[in-house]
Amino acid sequence: MRLFSVRGGVHLDYRKDRTRNLGIVPLPMPALLYLPLTQHVGAAAEPVVVAGQVVRKGEVLATAQGAVSAPVHAPTSGRIKEITGHVSPHPSGLSQSTIVLESDGADAWGALPAGIEDPFAATGQEIARRVAEAGVVGLGGAAFPAAVKLNLRAGHTVDTLLINGAECEPYLTCDDRVMREYAGEVVDGARIMAHALGAARIVIAVEKNKPEAIKAIANAARPFATMAVAEVPVRYPMGSAHHLVKVITGRETPAHGRTASVGVLVHNVGTARAIHHAVRFGRPLISRVVTVSGGALKSGHNIEVPLGTLVRELIDFCGGMVAHADQVISGGPMMGHPLPSLEAPVVKGTCGILALTADETNVQPTGPCIRCGSCVEACPSGLVPLQLATLIQHEDIDGAAKLGVEDCISCGSCSYICPSHIPLMHYFDYANGRLRVLDRKRKHQEKLKTLAEARRQRLERQAAARAAAKAKSARPAAPPTASAQAQTQTQAQAQSKPVGNSAAAASVTGAPVTGLPVTTATETGAGP
Amino acid sequence: MMLAIGSLTALGVSLGAVLGAASRYLAVEVDPLESDLLDLLPGSQCGQCGFVGCGQAAAALAKGEAPVTLCGPGGKAVAEKLARRLGIHADLSKHQDQEPQVAIINEDLCIGCLRCFQECTTDAIVGAPKQLHTVITEHCHGCGKCTKTCPTGAVTMCPVPTTLNTWHWHKPVPKKGRHRATIGRRAVG
Repeated sequence: MRLFSVRGGVHLDYRKDRTRNLGIVPLPMPALLYLPLTQHVGAAAEPVVVAGQVVRKGEVLATAQGAVSAPVHAPTSGRIKEITGHVSPHPSGLSQSTIVLESDGADAWGALPAGIEDPFAATGQEIARRVAEAGVVGLGGAAFPAAVKLNLRAGHTVDTLLINGAECEPYLTCDDRVMREYAGEVVDGARIMAHALGAARIVIAVEKNKPEAIKAIANAARPFATMAVAEVPVRYPMGSAHHLVKVITGRETPAHGRTASVGVLVHNVGTARAIHHAVRFGRPLISRVVTVSGGALKSGHNIEVPLGTLVRELIDFCGGMVAHADQVISGGPMMGHPLPSLEAPVVKGTCGILALTADETNVQPTGPCIRCGSCVEACPSGLVPLQLATLIQHEDIDGAAKLGVEDCISCGSCSYICPSHIPLMHYFDYANGRLRVLDRKRKHQEKLKTLAEARRQRLERQAAARAAAKAKSARPAAPPTASAQAQTQTQAQAQSKPVGNSAAAASVTGAPVTGLPVTTATETGAGP
Repeated sequence: MMLAIGSLTALGVSLGAVLGAASRYLAVEVDPLESDLLDLLPGSQCGQCGFVGCGQAAAALAKGEAPVTLCGPGGKAVAEKLARRLGIHADLSKHQDQEPQVAIINEDLCIGCLRCFQECTTDAIVGAPKQLHTVITEHCHGCGKCTKTCPTGAVTMCPVPTTLNTWHWHKPVPKKGRHRATIGRRAVG
């Protein structure tokens, strides 16, 4: 297969040997599972269970809310202990709403929807609905609801489905193991997705450093003419969706755009397997393969982990820490994030747990920029990291935005290559965070402006109505003139239909707006 | 020689007369600068700048009687825009955006007097006479006027809590080298 070239990238020491030849092992069911309501991109799921309720394995615990969301299912049978705040697997360490499930040890399945016997006779919508019900999200780390991507057929013409098995991050071998051990399931999941999308071609892209996975996938894909396996060069960040699309098809995804706009949809191999389970057997996403590795651990493993397992239990399963861990990271060492606590649970997007020693993280004191340009050569998005970082250091966030800081994919190639150890990517993460804050602030102020304007108009109308009422009461004997009638109408309108925020404006007329019982109905605006 | 002087003088006088007449008869009644500045201001009439509302603040800015940093809620972004429109250079490197705040009503102390309600310029407070009032947090712009008018001290301002959706990475502190787990060259490369 002809491959295209991409710019930038770095060559890393992959350190995958520790776990790449170890088979996937199941984790003994933990006594307690902590299932956050937001394990995906989009709106938080809404719990449909209460504390004390007994649930079966695979039962829905929380339903999806809105267009971009995903439900949460019970990974085992047991009793809901509580729904409470628990530390989230997020660098902030903020607490979030979490369902705590107490396992009963039986691990008994509840009633599942029957699988679709012949998915290739089903419509795209039917398959997408199944995938949505099963709570499948992107298992590569981004955790974007998979069904939303399958529904993109409506707006885009997708000709190629790209299955991402590049796994370019060091340490991680979970996708490698899934491809080796469940190649048939991955291939079937990919074919189901391609059918749902109407994509004529399926390409499974694997980095050359996984020869066994390439062989397994090629064997499984051989009967299907529409499928091809692409061996992509070993270079970080090959697994970035935009870059993989460029390598395989030569098409460049526009800035702020999706790969679907160039006719390609990218899914991770783990997602393909989860979709196979969801569509063929009606099984929801309740577990995932996680690579647990790093120099601070006694041993590394690829573990099939029930969602909601605490990171601490995974570390205990691997024999605990034998050295001081400088950082415990969720995801890969390049794009992952440090975990605030070992009490954080494994969620749908957790692809790895790495306990790295200080020697491995190798955090060095920052030196001055020597303008060597290594970061410019390494940047896969074609940015100029050294210039961006200088602007951000001086808080010129707008200037950085003009130079395209929003196109940064946070791959960390620049920080890795920098001989002065300048935390370049961290500057860009900060700048992009600030840009989001400013954007929210701008939207908020626009809303406030309309509210303030609505209030001004309402006060004017009330003043006019009062003046009219005064004029009317001053000459009670006189018959109502045409103009006085018109004014009375205005007053009635002002009282019945106040503009602006309906809840706030309704309170002017003394109506109950917050569910409170209101006994007096004085018009507050009409007081002396 | 005299012809040149005469013609230039005549030209100057006649053009001067045209300009004089134009300034009198074609005068713009509203200062366009003032309305431009008003568009740049947030427009929520919070009064934190010390003026009654954004209109008065814009008038003062146009006359040069107020600094471009007067608008607290607008922060640095608005100050920069105002400075650009006024064509002046303002050093904003030290300017800190104020931390966003929202009003919270202590339910035990609220007597339902409606005073805070009447003060709020964005209708962010809802309530009825002698009933508990409450704040619609998304509509509150944190001006704090309600705290001053409350007779029982039931309204207090508090910082907007950070959530998973609003959190972002702090600015890196270079000396400590506290950046994300990037693997250095010594160990990996």
